[in-house]
Amino acid sequence: MSHLTDFQTFFLLSVLKIVVVLLITLTAVAYTVLLERKIIGRMQNRWGPSRTGPFGLLQPLADGIKLFLKEDLTPLLVERPLFLAAPMIALACALISISVVPFGALTTFHGVDLFEIANLNVGLLVILGVTSIGVYGIALSGWSSNNKYALLGSLRASSQMVSYELALGLSLVGVVLRAGSLNLRTIVNSQTAHGLWSWNVLGGFQIVGFMVYLISAYAETNRSPFDLPEAESELTAGYHTEYSSMKFAMFFMAEYANMITVSCVATLLFFGGASSPFGHLLPAIGGAFVAAILPIFWFVAKVFFFLFLFIWVRSTLPRFRYDQLMGFGWKFLLPVAMANIVVTSLVMALRG
Amino acid sequence: MIRFQVASSKLFYNQPNKLYVLDVSSFEKDSAHCMQLALFIIFAALAIAGALNLLLQKHPINSALSLVVVMMSLAVLYWSLGAEFLAAAQVIVYSGAIMVLFVFTIMLLNAGEEEHTTGSRAAYLAGIPGAIAVFCLLSFVFLSESKTLGSAHLGGLLDNGLSNIAEISQVLFTRLLLPFEVTSILILVAILGAVVLARKEEEQ
Repeated sequence: MSHLTDFQTFFLLSVLKIVVVLLITLTAVAYTVLLERKIIGRMQNRWGPSRTGPFGLLQPLADGIKLFLKEDLTPLLVERPLFLAAPMIALACALISISVVPFGALTTFHGVDLFEIANLNVGLLVILGVTSIGVYGIALSGWSSNNKYALLGSLRASSQMVSYELALGLSLVGVVLRAGSLNLRTIVNSQTAHGLWSWNVLGGFQIVGFMVYLISAYAETNRSPFDLPEAESELTAGYHTEYSSMKFAMFFMAEYANMITVSCVATLLFFGGASSPFGHLLPAIGGAFVAAILPIFWFVAKVFFFLFLFIWVRSTLPRFRYDQLMGFGWKFLLPVAMANIVVTSLVMALRG
Repeated sequence: MIRFQVASSKLFYNQPNKLYVLDVSSFEKDSAHCMQLALFIIFAALAIAGALNLLLQKHPINSALSLVVVMMSLAVLYWSLGAEFLAAAQVIVYSGAIMVLFVFTIMLLNAGEEEHTTGSRAAYLAGIPGAIAVFCLLSFVFLSESKTLGSAHLGGLLDNGLSNIAEISQVLFTRLLLPFEVTSILILVAILGAVVLARKEEEQ
């Protein structure tokens, strides 16, 4: 690569990184769906998908082919431009936020960070901002469908997301205070000193912030027990009632991509990101290659744990009622998140 | 500010070729500045187009969405001027919260298309000259006082990579503490007012 200028190297590597991360994320989305169906099947004492390929491993492929080949219906009286734009907004916003996630240790090649698409000094705010734009996808889909169930579903979803965004954002402030930065790489580095014990959730005493984050993240991704926007018994299918074929698949993929994003953020902010839980206790085995791959393994393992938790909660807890949901967010989570900020900053001021 | 940037890049390209070989990093920086300029022009045009579309659209939802486009383009402009925190706050607060509530309200009211009227005569007689006068006044002030106002620096993010969150919070919590707190009380009063207005109907 010596005959390329710095800019060309940067450009080519960036495009490569984007393609690879996009492919991996979309594959992960497809297999999270399979994981969910398998695990929920086992938890409910049945097999889950088992016919397509060994252990049902080709099921996501079959689902994908089915969704591609289905007829793409557009109802007559929909608001056409917005009806088409809504799933694109939802999926694009869900995928963009992955771009600031550092998923490995800092490994540079010709001055380009290999394991992060964009290292921004306001990375955390970018994730929050992009997530808040994602609300438009859901809000517009319901309104443009010209269907009262879809409208009710999207009203529920957007009010829920706007309300829980507050608790979600505030629960992260404690971590930001401790790291003194909004750069995700810096936040991860502030937790790598003593392995498990210096993670924010344990040694950083951010367990309260973590619980608030986790609960609001479930509401933010419209997952059970906060999946009122898609409550089948009340609203048919919620905001995507009128969508079919790939447009429906885009909403579906957006939901699972959002799940992966919030799992990544939880990992980065509270569980030390790509750092090993053993700190420097384990001797460094293997060469530079293993040293580059091992952090990615830890990162993926932690994200997998959170995805499993999502699925576990879905198969365990019943749905909230709507007023309970709003009351819980505004009257319980928000004050707790604020108290966490006050206590954290007080302790930090007294110690430092 | 655009003129300044173009002039400086021209100046640079007029230099003999040797300079590129000697100082590759500054050449890279300059091409990055050109990209910043392109970004500025694209998003400034997008902001103006969005603002015009906001006025011309008949349906309130389309107008609200055009306003979102304006807010987002402004965020990109802030970003290119080196105010990355302001850009993120603009997206989170304005496009992500306030405009969502706008869209939400329009959806709830299920507002239909507006009727197109020719507008009042007074608006035509007073509005257009008034708008021209304000525009002239502002441009006169900006042009004559440009030295004291100082010029914004396009691509400021590239030159000084320091975080401006620390600087903003320093200013907010020391020099501007009183206005900051008073503003928060103002917003609290507005919230209480909204609660009182919403309560009134229930009691009757």
